[in-house]
Amino acid sequence: MISLKGFLRRFFSDPVAIGAGLVLLVLVLMAVLAPFLAPQNPYDLMQLDIMDSEMPPSWKPGGDPRFWLGTDAQGRGVFSTIMYGTGISLLIGIGAVIVQAVLGVTLGLIAGYKGGWIDSFLMRLADIQLSLSTLMMAIIALALFQAAFDANIYADYAIIMLIMVIGIAEWPKFARTVRSSVLGERKKEYVDAARVIGLPPRKIMWGHILPNTLTPVLVISTIQVAEAIMIEASLSFLGLGMPVDRPSLGSLIRSGFEFIFSGSWWITLYPAIVLVALILALNLLGDWLRDVLNPKLRRGED
Amino acid sequence: MHIIAFLIRRAIQAVIVMFVISLIGFSIQDNLGDPLRELVGQSVSEEARDDLREELGLNDPFFVQYTRFLGNALQGDLGNSYFFKRPALSVILDKFPATFELVLGAVFIFVSLSIPAGIYCAINRDSWLARLIMTGSIVGISIPVFLTAIGMVWLFGVELGWLPAFGRGDTYEMPWGWDTGFLTWDGLSHLILPSVTLSSIMLPLFIRLIRAEMMEAMGTEYVRFARAKGLSTRRVRYVHAFRNTLLPVVTVGGLMIGTLIAYTILTETVFQWPGMGFLFLEAVNRVDTPLIIAYIIIVGLIFVVVNTIVDFIYTLINPMVKLPGAKG
Amino acid sequence: MPMLEVQDLHVAFQQGRKSEVEALRGVDLTLEKGERLGVVGESGAGKSMLAFAILNLIAEPGRVSQGRIMFHDRNLLDLSERDIRAVRGNRISMIFQDPMVTLNPVLSIGTQMMETLRAHRRISGAEARALCIAKLREVAIPSPESRLDAYPHELSGGLRQRVVIAIALLTDPELIIADEPTTALDVTIQAEIMALILKLCRENDVALILITHDLGVVAEVTQRLMIMYAGKCVETGATGAIINAPHHPYSAGLLRALPQNAARGTRLYQIPGAMPPITALPTGCAYHPRCARATALCKAEIPPLENGAACFHPLTAPEEVP
Repeated sequence: MISLKGFLRRFFSDPVAIGAGLVLLVLVLMAVLAPFLAPQNPYDLMQLDIMDSEMPPSWKPGGDPRFWLGTDAQGRGVFSTIMYGTGISLLIGIGAVIVQAVLGVTLGLIAGYKGGWIDSFLMRLADIQLSLSTLMMAIIALALFQAAFDANIYADYAIIMLIMVIGIAEWPKFARTVRSSVLGERKKEYVDAARVIGLPPRKIMWGHILPNTLTPVLVISTIQVAEAIMIEASLSFLGLGMPVDRPSLGSLIRSGFEFIFSGSWWITLYPAIVLVALILALNLLGDWLRDVLNPKLRRGED
Repeated sequence: MHIIAFLIRRAIQAVIVMFVISLIGFSIQDNLGDPLRELVGQSVSEEARDDLREELGLNDPFFVQYTRFLGNALQGDLGNSYFFKRPALSVILDKFPATFELVLGAVFIFVSLSIPAGIYCAINRDSWLARLIMTGSIVGISIPVFLTAIGMVWLFGVELGWLPAFGRGDTYEMPWGWDTGFLTWDGLSHLILPSVTLSSIMLPLFIRLIRAEMMEAMGTEYVRFARAKGLSTRRVRYVHAFRNTLLPVVTVGGLMIGTLIAYTILTETVFQWPGMGFLFLEAVNRVDTPLIIAYIIIVGLIFVVVNTIVDFIYTLINPMVKLPGAKG
Repeated sequence: MPMLEVQDLHVAFQQGRKSEVEALRGVDLTLEKGERLGVVGESGAGKSMLAFAILNLIAEPGRVSQGRIMFHDRNLLDLSERDIRAVRGNRISMIFQDPMVTLNPVLSIGTQMMETLRAHRRISGAEARALCIAKLREVAIPSPESRLDAYPHELSGGLRQRVVIAIALLTDPELIIADEPTTALDVTIQAEIMALILKLCRENDVALILITHDLGVVAEVTQRLMIMYAGKCVETGATGAIINAPHHPYSAGLLRALPQNAARGTRLYQIPGAMPPITALPTGCAYHPRCARATALCKAEIPPLENGAACFHPLTAPEEVP
């Protein structure tokens, strides 16, 4: 395990890590502080004026200093919608990964520790799920959900549905990682020692083995958040995700898409940039984490 | 001989899977909306409705209805699309050529690019080109496919106007009813942007994979031994190392089938490519239940068939995996 | 003129960004035609490094930093890639340690045998096949014809190693370098394989460099011996002479640690301490921290190889090493 000091030192010596971390920090702050920092609240119908619609960014002719990045078809400031939208994208992404992690880690621990038929069964299930594409399953599940329920009801439950669908679809990744860690740890002496003392299996699992399996979990979590955000954005773009009145970045791009040809490119471009920046920063950090936390790759410089 | 045994076993597995899919599909359909509402108007009386229900067998027990459904399905009848008022199956199959050619174009592009690029990046790890490709890869996997599509549409279709950005263009109808876009210039030019977009998502992933596997293969003992035998570098790389690289690549490829189908839906949406994916989304919007279910079943079938083919290819390349029934 | 002469060979590895560490610190070796030399030492002493260096197979981050490897009258280190390839697997063959990973799992035995032949000879497919079958017979592999089309995973470890030996002999080499050829095999067949190697080398008048950590094997197979420690040769000479009367304290320690040399009922002897890693070598003689005969001189200077032993205070008579 790497020490905190060594970790921080490596972080601050790697420009890519710093850059990605910085971008991520800015975006997260932007999202969290949206209600306070956004120039307008794009969801307050009282504030919207249809006369403001489709205005270009403020530095272009026809632009308005009130709307830094221009407005969309309903007159909402693009900058404001991006701030709120990032928040929703992050919420769903992180929420989904929490579900995946809780489910996956628990099942992985059980499978690894108990072994036997529980292990075989869970791993078989995981294999099947891994061979099915999360995106495709999500598309099918949400399409059916939408077909079954009224659009209004659907909008209310969209966030939960997205988090649950993406969360449940991806637990195998966490389970597999944790299980192999458990299998490795099980052979070590401290587990035998704990068992000899008479600790119940549950305590051994949670109290002793779990902390040692956290490193790989941390590594995949970051990348999984990026993946979840990307899946949610794709779903929203197809109209199967967040509705237009509570848009995530994907929904914003969806509603902006039709305006590319009428010339209002900013409605699509800026949300797109933010989305890519978010995913890229997470992927870079995830890659970096994997290199840093992988004991085999470290060259003993700490 | 062994091949036949393998195919029979996989066929049985496939049948079981399709069974499950059809069961799930049917139960969903059963609970999704009221078919009566689509067939007759609002003004029909309650009594007349009940009679109609009885006639259509909608009051029969679940398994009776399911068996009927299955029987129909095996004959190719998956119900009629509410919107098109035609058999759902034929509506979907009409669009199959479009999707198939799109996927074919994309696969062709990405296979012919990713293998050389991956190998190059593995062998010349530190060259500027390799670094550029790897950096590009990480950016590439961070850009969702629909954004690439939008970017393509905007850049090549709107700004530069070099290539058409919508639809399939003119197609040529082959004697057996297949509308192909490959035989007309218009069709081909329409195919370019969507295929490139679809392949662009798989490219970075496979380049990274091939590079990693190739690097690992090059570091093995058997490669070292091959060198010690005095074999040429070319042979060591492309016969010894690369053959071993293919195995995990095929495996990962198999896992990506579902995702590829999903990406096809996204691509078709942006380019308004008249394929099955685009049709599916329209069906969702219109709540055209039979069409939705039919699509799911057909996608399930495609998934099972392609997986079987990929597994088969894998057993051909990997001598350690025997086909059932083989000696040893 | 000796067939092979290694002069002052140094192999260095890059460590961190700037510094280098030496894995071989000036090794000399001579070998006559048909002669069998044993290279003995602990893991990390540099034995395998020596073998790979001879065929110029040291890969990054390592490199040969100094020295010459004269094979007949050419310095192997000066050869172009093309020329050294003509030597590898052709005039000098290697047998690797673990047959489970030496052979490529996705290529048939026949492919891996015939490619060796065809890389070095102009030979037709049919002739190559016949030659391979003959060689498989020589290494006592039953039903060789069907084995040619088999894949490595279908053969046991012992059979695979026989195949590797057969590959080594295919081109009638002058020298075979065997890097721990039996270590990874079942104990029950180790003797068989070693006997096979010995027999084939004798019959075909092939020189052998046998790298091993097993002194017992070395006594039966080799004529001369070289004992390595921390990247240097500490003793060299006729096998029988060294085994009966070692001069270097390390050699004596190794021999004393052999179970067959222990008096019945006594504890097995172990040389105290451990061999230092090449990244943390002591000053002077690398063995001095473990040597009971060490003096200030040993700590200060590296003893040169004199009369076959690199020691300032070599043992002159068979005596107990305290």
